[in-house]
Amino acid sequence: MSIPHVTLPADGLIAVVKRDCPTCVLTAPVLAELATRTNLTVFTQDDPAFPEAIARPIDDSALNASHSLNIDIVPTLIRREGGREIARTYGWDRAEWERVSGQDRLGDALPAMRPGCGALNVEPARLEDLLIRFEQTGLNARKIEFGEDEDEIEAIYERGWTDGLPVVPPTQRRVLRMLGGTTRDPKEVIGLCPPNLVPLTVEKVAINAVMAGCKPEYLPVVLAAVEAVLDPAFAMHGVLATTMFVGPVLVVNGPIRRQISMNARGNALGQGNRANATIGRAVQLIIRNVGGGRPQEVDRATLGNPGKYTYCFAEDEEGSSWEPLSSDFGLARGVSSVTVFAGFGLQGVVDQKSRTPESLARSMAESLKAIHNVKLAPACDAMLVVCPEHERTFRQAGWSKQRLLDELMQLCEIPGDSLVRGVKGIDEGYPESVAGSTRNKFRPGGLLIVRAGGGAGMFSGIIGGWSSGGAAGSLPVNREVKS
Amino acid sequence: MTVIMDPTAEQSPTSRERLARPDQLQGLTVGLLDISKPRGNIFLDRLDALLTERGIVVKRYMKPTVAKPAPLPLRQQIVGEVNVVIEGLAD
Repeated sequence: MSIPHVTLPADGLIAVVKRDCPTCVLTAPVLAELATRTNLTVFTQDDPAFPEAIARPIDDSALNASHSLNIDIVPTLIRREGGREIARTYGWDRAEWERVSGQDRLGDALPAMRPGCGALNVEPARLEDLLIRFEQTGLNARKIEFGEDEDEIEAIYERGWTDGLPVVPPTQRRVLRMLGGTTRDPKEVIGLCPPNLVPLTVEKVAINAVMAGCKPEYLPVVLAAVEAVLDPAFAMHGVLATTMFVGPVLVVNGPIRRQISMNARGNALGQGNRANATIGRAVQLIIRNVGGGRPQEVDRATLGNPGKYTYCFAEDEEGSSWEPLSSDFGLARGVSSVTVFAGFGLQGVVDQKSRTPESLARSMAESLKAIHNVKLAPACDAMLVVCPEHERTFRQAGWSKQRLLDELMQLCEIPGDSLVRGVKGIDEGYPESVAGSTRNKFRPGGLLIVRAGGGAGMFSGIIGGWSSGGAAGSLPVNREVKS
Repeated sequence: MTVIMDPTAEQSPTSRERLARPDQLQGLTVGLLDISKPRGNIFLDRLDALLTERGIVVKRYMKPTVAKPAPLPLRQQIVGEVNVVIEGLAD
């Protein structure tokens, strides 16, 4: 495809109009008058017959001339001399038209002034097409052309760019639209993307966000999530390369959740919400496509987990009496952010009988102590997702989130005697030397609490973590969502 | 015709030529790198003994954590001190 060639008269007047503009219709007699007095060329954006009073208006329904002339408003009147523009006005303003045209007594019967209308070439969808047609997108990614007979979805599969599910083909138009979701420069490098440590640009994030099915307004959340994942503290290379189950689990806090209609309530961790589904997926596609991290290559997971397609949900801040997860990272309420946690799957905490916080906390602690193996402590970090009906029990008893956390950490102290190899008939465990000591299931700071879920059901959940939790491996990381 | 934007790093990985293996270890210094996986030391202790018996100089190193790549100073130290490295993957 070659850039359109637009021929403009070197000298004389140019007018750009459209029929669907009352001011253009109003000025049609003036244009007819100018055509008799001067050298006037009229480009018409919608109806090639308009204005009828002009002998041969030029059909610019392709908008190439309008785009070349940078028309914003119709009618626009331009004077050119020697191939250069020397004067321009838009809308109807008699004095201005007389100045630009060098003619007097124009449109005596018309009001002195009328504002114009928006030009068609700057309508968002058409502008994108024109930027593509004129190769003015500013995008740097390599363009890949598929053959006429090629199915683009299948072609993308064949190139290995999907997670196993179909992706949205990242056309230039879709990528341009996606980039409209952020004020950041497409060329900005966010960081080095593991495992291949490739400089990751905003543009590459946008391309993969298109493929994941994101709307442009999700892009700031994807960017914040990617920034968090690329923080060396999160150790994405290790999270990817480990034989264990983990992948990035994203929790979104703050007003952005509602602005992009994320789900924090019924089935929050399940399927069905576009933002939840596609933001998590975009992060995984970036690691795969830009970083080069693929299963059975650098991704050495033994089993993996279904959350490696996407694992992203919002916290139910409105329905909760507790401080949001983002406050654990020092953010005030009302600040949008993403927290990324190296986690896997969901282990249910079913307790429909407890009506006291003490009983419910013990229930939760016993479930927490089973993660990875009952014989391992500390085992890994974990995220406890408390459902509304369980939170109610704590709230009614006046337990803050911190109180629950303190109680759970206390309840997760395990006598070393029960962890010795062979105890309970299980060879997993620790040498005899742990007998007599006490070990906690979690490192300090290794247990996170989040509130989400539907109003009915006494079913909380535990998202297990990586055995290399903590400073030596992966720490949960939070990043503010910026525009 | 559909035109799409390349979602990848646009880098074909350039594979580096491996260094030629030495014909023998006599006269060379061998580094043994423990990557901090459990029981890796058992394998490396045995190698250490076998090499030392043969009069080969052995130096031992350890990554701080299996979860992350070896820190740059450690990599530089190894490069500066030995001719050959053997690392043990274990569990």
